[in-house]
Amino acid sequence: MSLWALRGLRNGVVTTKWPKRADDYADGWRGPVIVRSRDVAEPGGLSDLCPTGAISAGEDAQARAVRLDQGRCILCGRCAEARPDVFAWSAGATGPDAAALTRDGLLVPHLPENDETVGVVRARLRERTAALRRSLHVRHVDCGSDGSEEWEVLALLGPVYDVHRLGVFFTASPRHADILLVTGAGSAGMAGPLRTTYEAMPDPRVVIAAGTDAVSGGLLSVGLNSVGLNSDSATARGGVSGIVPVDVWVPGSPPSPFGILNALLIAVGRIGDGAKGTQ
Amino acid sequence: MTFPATGTGVAELWEELAARIAAGDRFGGLFAAVRSPHSGDAGAEAAVVLSAHVAAGAGIDTMEVALPPGVASYPALTPLVGAAFWYERVIHDEFGVVSLGHPRLAPLVLHGSPEDHALPRNVAGYGMFTIPHGPVRSGVMESIEYLVETPGEAIPHLNMRVFYKHRGVEKRFAGMSAADGVLLAERTEGIASVAHALAYCHAIERMAGCVPPEPAGLVRVLHAELERIANHVDVAAKLADAAGLAVAAARFAFHKERVLRLVSGLCGSRFGRGVVVPGGVSALPRMSPGAILAEFGRLEKAMMADADSLMATSSFLDRLRTTGPLPPARAREHGALGPIGKASGFSADARTERPYDAYPSLGMPPVRAHETGDALARLAVRWDETVQSFDLLRQAAGGLASKAAGELAGTAGGAGATVATCEPVAGRAVGWAEAPQGEVLYDVTLEDGRISRCHPRSASFHNLVLMHEVFAGDILTDFPFIEASFGLSVAGVAL
Repeated sequence: MSLWALRGLRNGVVTTKWPKRADDYADGWRGPVIVRSRDVAEPGGLSDLCPTGAISAGEDAQARAVRLDQGRCILCGRCAEARPDVFAWSAGATGPDAAALTRDGLLVPHLPENDETVGVVRARLRERTAALRRSLHVRHVDCGSDGSEEWEVLALLGPVYDVHRLGVFFTASPRHADILLVTGAGSAGMAGPLRTTYEAMPDPRVVIAAGTDAVSGGLLSVGLNSVGLNSDSATARGGVSGIVPVDVWVPGSPPSPFGILNALLIAVGRIGDGAKGTQ
Repeated sequence: MTFPATGTGVAELWEELAARIAAGDRFGGLFAAVRSPHSGDAGAEAAVVLSAHVAAGAGIDTMEVALPPGVASYPALTPLVGAAFWYERVIHDEFGVVSLGHPRLAPLVLHGSPEDHALPRNVAGYGMFTIPHGPVRSGVMESIEYLVETPGEAIPHLNMRVFYKHRGVEKRFAGMSAADGVLLAERTEGIASVAHALAYCHAIERMAGCVPPEPAGLVRVLHAELERIANHVDVAAKLADAAGLAVAAARFAFHKERVLRLVSGLCGSRFGRGVVVPGGVSALPRMSPGAILAEFGRLEKAMMADADSLMATSSFLDRLRTTGPLPPARAREHGALGPIGKASGFSADARTERPYDAYPSLGMPPVRAHETGDALARLAVRWDETVQSFDLLRQAAGGLASKAAGELAGTAGGAGATVATCEPVAGRAVGWAEAPQGEVLYDVTLEDGRISRCHPRSASFHNLVLMHEVFAGDILTDFPFIEASFGLSVAGVAL
């Protein structure tokens, strides 16, 4: 018989101190791509760099404006590699690009008109979740993920992230849950079970779309690639927002455990959602 | 690879296939496609084409037969080759083609239809009832529904509904460029991203006749083996958790996190995404071979010490021993892949049978043979494979270190060292790679530089059907052990 209690002491405390103190691994993380300079002399061809169609350039009235939808970014890095003068990785797993309170908040560069909206959304969310701050119960539902998101959510329960120290618990019953953490692109088969889970939750409830798939469908979403061969909407949809109302949007393919933890704390106002809009 | 003429009848082909499997070849899956007539052929009609893969020695053979136009049925393969059971149900759901004589042609992909009863009952008897478990299950898990028929404790029958999270991956591949396809392959079964990317790229490279540079082969092995270790230690953590060994579960979760952090240190992604590209790898590891080797040493020492303790914890072993046994005869008959097959004395491993990338130049240390086929044997296989993986990792990192001193120095940072030109060439090819779950196959057809069809066959899909058969004498509380010991991903099943 092994003395597991002693083995458990071998590596000392391995748990991160975040959010109380900064974490090197979280800060060294490469997040979704940001736009370095929005006015580019030759925007032609920029949108072809992205396999999920996240980049738009020179298509609106502001003729040369480059815009990138982080909600569609799968972190392949092709744009940052091909055009380092225009695109760059965002820094950190818990930085301002790690989560947004509105879908439009994932568009970079940020729309100034979105700031006001975010302010209103944030105030409403704070009001709703005022009672939840110290103790949080989370129900996770996989709605057509690739399986990696589950690993990253599961990591939160391990010794390195250990969310119990923050009063965050995962619960089996949606009736005990405050937060619905959804992964996956929103498969047709899971739409019903996801909806049922959401409806079984008591108010106030918060929905987090974790991962680019959950936000927009990512690479799986239909009809947004340059080739319009896929018109079958019966399988994967463009994210989960068509099934349940999403409050916090987390890009990443998959998002890092820090990114998911960051979103859980943002959802109940325990930390701010970074520089997106006015605080 | 052979694509025989499609004139043969279906029944004749099935008999040939069954004879080959009886002679020692392994069934590698069956799928259907609609072949559109060429625009030039006036009066030609679209036909359904059935393709079966057979793993035969150094290659994967494809046997093909076209149904006559307008015909939507054929004699079933399942009565001859039982492993085709799920494959033919998928064909029925996706193409409406009926396999005549199939033992149970019930919906698999399209469950939830009116004829798919809420709580099916296959076993009659006093006090029998069905426990529906899923698709939203307790804990952080992928969506799948188990329908457990039980009189209260024993599990005489298990049914599964696996396609709740069907994403339409196969359809999404069509129309993508060869370069974009690898991104979707990485997201087909996320916990085996590298293996899927490898199998996909091997198919593309086979068509193009391109050979990745030697360092690229070593980097590929590095990531493939790290992925295997992460998956195996994940299974160990889940088994320890099922047994209530909180410290052991935390230890293995810690080791898994260390592996994922090492992978992200090498390439920026915790799942090795973006590394494998057609023709090679996108870049060399960001860490020096010396630093990588040092981390391997620390990891192996810590992980295997905990593994030894786990395998000496009697309260844990008691839960796994004789639990969920897969008889060797069934494993052989089904062609069970990966650790599930190896635990039952059927050792199918693409790395030794059809070696790819740097594997031919690396020494594969032999692993012990297992015959008992229970959850304990499956865990023992995973530990053996983990030791083997660390050995391969050291060889690969060592190879990179000697390369770094030599030829790579001249081309530091240059793309030529890691990726060969791989212009997409029209055609069709099968690629394979050994995922932690077993062999992954990709059957890819390219036309004009774009994918016209890409059919991934994960080991998870091939193996999961075996879970129906392993509940001999096991009871409800054994369920989490059996499920965890299979170590499969639902994403790989419900593409």
